[in-house]
Amino acid sequence: MTTDLAAGGTGATRYAGARINRVEDARLLTGQGTFVDDVSLPGMLQACFVRSPFARARIRGIDTSAALDLPGVHALFTAADLNPGVHEQWHTSSGPQTPETPRPPLAEDEARFVGDPVALVVAESRYIAEDAAELVDVDYEPLPAVVDYTRAEDADVLVHEGHGSNLIGELAGLPASALDEVLASAAHVVCETIHQQAYAPVPMEGRGLVLDYSPATGELTIYAATQSPHEVRLFCSRLLGMPEHRIRVVMRDTGGGFGQKIMVQRDEMCLMLAAPKLGVPVKWVEDRRENLIAAGQSRHEHATVTLAFDADGAIAAAGIDHVSDCGAYPTPWPVTTAAAVGVLFPGPYRVPQASFRTRSVYTNTVGRAPYRGPWQFESLAREVLLDIAARQMNMDPVELRRRNLLRRDELPYSNPCGMRYDSISPLETFEQAVELLDYAGFRTEQAEARQAGRYLGVGLSNYVEPTSPGYGYYATEAATIRIEPSGRVNVYVAGGSAGNSIETTVVQLTADALGARLEDVHTIQGDTAVTGFGAGAAGSRSASMTAGAVRETASILRDRIRAIAAHKLEAAAEDIELADSRATVRGTPAIGLSLGEVAALAYFDPFALPPGVPAGLEASARYTADTRSVWVNATHACTCEVDVTTGQVRLLRYIVSEDCGPMINPNVVEGQIAGGVVQGIGGVLYEHLAYDDDGNPVTTTFMDYLVPTATEVPTIEYGHIETPSPGPGGYKGVGEGGAIGAPPAVVNAVADALAPFDVSVTRLPLSPAAVVALIDA
Amino acid sequence: MDETAVHITVNGRARTATVEPRLTLADFLRDACRLTGTHLGCEHGVCGACTVLVDGAAVRSCLMFAVQADGAEVTTIEGIGSSDGELSPVQQAFRDCHGLQCGFCTPGFVVSVTAFLRDNPSPTDTEIRHALSGNLCRCTGYQGIVKAVRQAADTLGGAPR
Repeated sequence: MTTDLAAGGTGATRYAGARINRVEDARLLTGQGTFVDDVSLPGMLQACFVRSPFARARIRGIDTSAALDLPGVHALFTAADLNPGVHEQWHTSSGPQTPETPRPPLAEDEARFVGDPVALVVAESRYIAEDAAELVDVDYEPLPAVVDYTRAEDADVLVHEGHGSNLIGELAGLPASALDEVLASAAHVVCETIHQQAYAPVPMEGRGLVLDYSPATGELTIYAATQSPHEVRLFCSRLLGMPEHRIRVVMRDTGGGFGQKIMVQRDEMCLMLAAPKLGVPVKWVEDRRENLIAAGQSRHEHATVTLAFDADGAIAAAGIDHVSDCGAYPTPWPVTTAAAVGVLFPGPYRVPQASFRTRSVYTNTVGRAPYRGPWQFESLAREVLLDIAARQMNMDPVELRRRNLLRRDELPYSNPCGMRYDSISPLETFEQAVELLDYAGFRTEQAEARQAGRYLGVGLSNYVEPTSPGYGYYATEAATIRIEPSGRVNVYVAGGSAGNSIETTVVQLTADALGARLEDVHTIQGDTAVTGFGAGAAGSRSASMTAGAVRETASILRDRIRAIAAHKLEAAAEDIELADSRATVRGTPAIGLSLGEVAALAYFDPFALPPGVPAGLEASARYTADTRSVWVNATHACTCEVDVTTGQVRLLRYIVSEDCGPMINPNVVEGQIAGGVVQGIGGVLYEHLAYDDDGNPVTTTFMDYLVPTATEVPTIEYGHIETPSPGPGGYKGVGEGGAIGAPPAVVNAVADALAPFDVSVTRLPLSPAAVVALIDA
Repeated sequence: MDETAVHITVNGRARTATVEPRLTLADFLRDACRLTGTHLGCEHGVCGACTVLVDGAAVRSCLMFAVQADGAEVTTIEGIGSSDGELSPVQQAFRDCHGLQCGFCTPGFVVSVTAFLRDNPSPTDTEIRHALSGNLCRCTGYQGIVKAVRQAADTLGGAPR
């Protein structure tokens, strides 16, 4: 629990590091939250999409007459109505120069996946809008589709004719041939092709917007389910050619995003284009089926991966040749995210040489979208291959990792792909997890169980990830703090509650920074009209970046409070201490002013202020990232029992040892880790966003797309190692790591349980049928 | 479409409305009563976010029509705590145990758990997990939720078996 503020000796650090109950909870527990579907405006209409039932089809015509004749239908838009309204469409994080996939808001001549939006119906109620959508008669000519991404590059059919190929792009480091020599001379080489199925973020709340355009003023207010209200505003501004300051985006509560709600997609573009044409407010909230067929897929990829070892088990080289399915309309351009798989593949290990190639391909399925640790395949592939290597080399997987993990004295360390790690502790989290697990004890238990015909397994994984990107669009974050005339504090950050507890952490940080009592601080977030630009909840950036923003702004006010108090109390400013919402003279705590008394001086007695101190107690400042990346590492350890008759996998223990630096709120940190872990568990054992051979999605309800429930999930145990980052407060990002570390730990546990059957697990998901098939093979 | 009058008591207040037979109870509560704490996560009865009490029984309001609730007493998340804002023991336990993050699924969990603990005041840990398995959460990994139910059970006075 260290912060740079405490080190300065001017602010009390009392709340950061503590398990503070959340400020969000009072409204969310009582049904008083405001999610987008809870917004209801006078005269508001409801929208519903007509979506393609074909994976690929030519649209020969659309007959809207029957739908328009239905009482209660107000408008019906097709591509010809909306698409010409597009001025520019690019995401700020990608910039205008990226060779993006052309994204027509509504499908024009060709529908490219089942769920592709073809028309937009607007009616008095959602019920009528859905009735009308069924009356829209689209004349489709079904066409052959590219469904299997592994054959997309060689397919005759092109998903985007104009692109000329189904290969979206490829990025590479050293070629595989660069490793020929080391592979030839290595004591042991292991090579496998590892496949991951498509799965998805599946937030409990789908995507949605309420748009309110005022023709009289030319102002557009958008209530959005989003992780980034400022990006929604910027994107909409460019899309419509409407001045940014005429658009206000408000998010109060967003029901989870996990990456899916970072960027505006085609469906949202349609609503933005339609709103000014309607003249009355309109709401679109997708249902679960739409979320599962049209909001994006993630994780669908495979790679041929190679590791070479010397005779002692030290890694000599690592190579990855990776292909990912990006669907028909990936958001954003997927090629750079894929490259992250390549450059992070060496992981937190000593790897002298590495090669990588990553290719991204189009298919006639739903587009790839960001999901919590979008590059996580690098950890899955590496850690699964390490266990396969250990078995082949007859070496303990713990010992193999121990020999290769980076030690603190080797940092900073540049991996062979140019990633420069610092302020991490891979060996320490690993040893902590091994100890928490009682690895030796488990092996004894496992051996005894096998004697009894039961199959237990243990799996470990390590990863290192870059968080809090410190470049471009993501590089800054703003905070405004207003100590109101009564002395009560409002802190404004872009933020917005999407499950990351950022209201609570910002209140903690601000209270500490100003020496204010927690109950004296309130936060206002998620409204572009009153908060400074911020890139939102993405890249595990909120903790470090908002801590920086609060630090920068609070330091201005702290100086001002101390100057005012010192002047009034006839003391030196450096002797003024701020704590408990009071400014007191060091050593004589009875002499002091309350924050309210200081504020009253600042606002109501401006001529009595010391020279050079401005009236009022409000300030805004913007933090610019101290580092390009804040590195985070963790170890996951999992044990399981496999029923070899039914193929059912039961998880027994789950341990995460994470180094996220000092914790602002351990409850929040552990909550983020747990959520990610369970999404990773789901991805290995249950979740599969599946298509049939014709490109029809077959998991369109929660009866088919299986997210874990409380009965499948083990108790998660936590270990923390605390290596401060170079950034504000030493904090690091923790939003994504759980979902990165979990899949390989679970796969390795299952593979370890099945070791007596001499199987290699290289294909996911590990459904009961898949497990039985492995055993029977 | 022919409309039908319904009389439903919601959180102790009599509500009368004329509704289409196809209007779900969830949409009746959200749109007609403006009680938007009842959330829709799937609209096909799996996720449990829309759980409310109908004559005391926990039901999925997305799978029930408003006309089927005619004459019933309905309690939504808005009626679980005190009208002065004081949290119920179940709500307080969720808060104490970090049992919610984005909060979208939370009303359904709170209502389901309220009914569960009324019917089974001293559940085992296994019974708690089974009781929770009808509600989906995507944020918490259920860690804080399981703890919250245990705490609420203890607060409500049931001794663990």
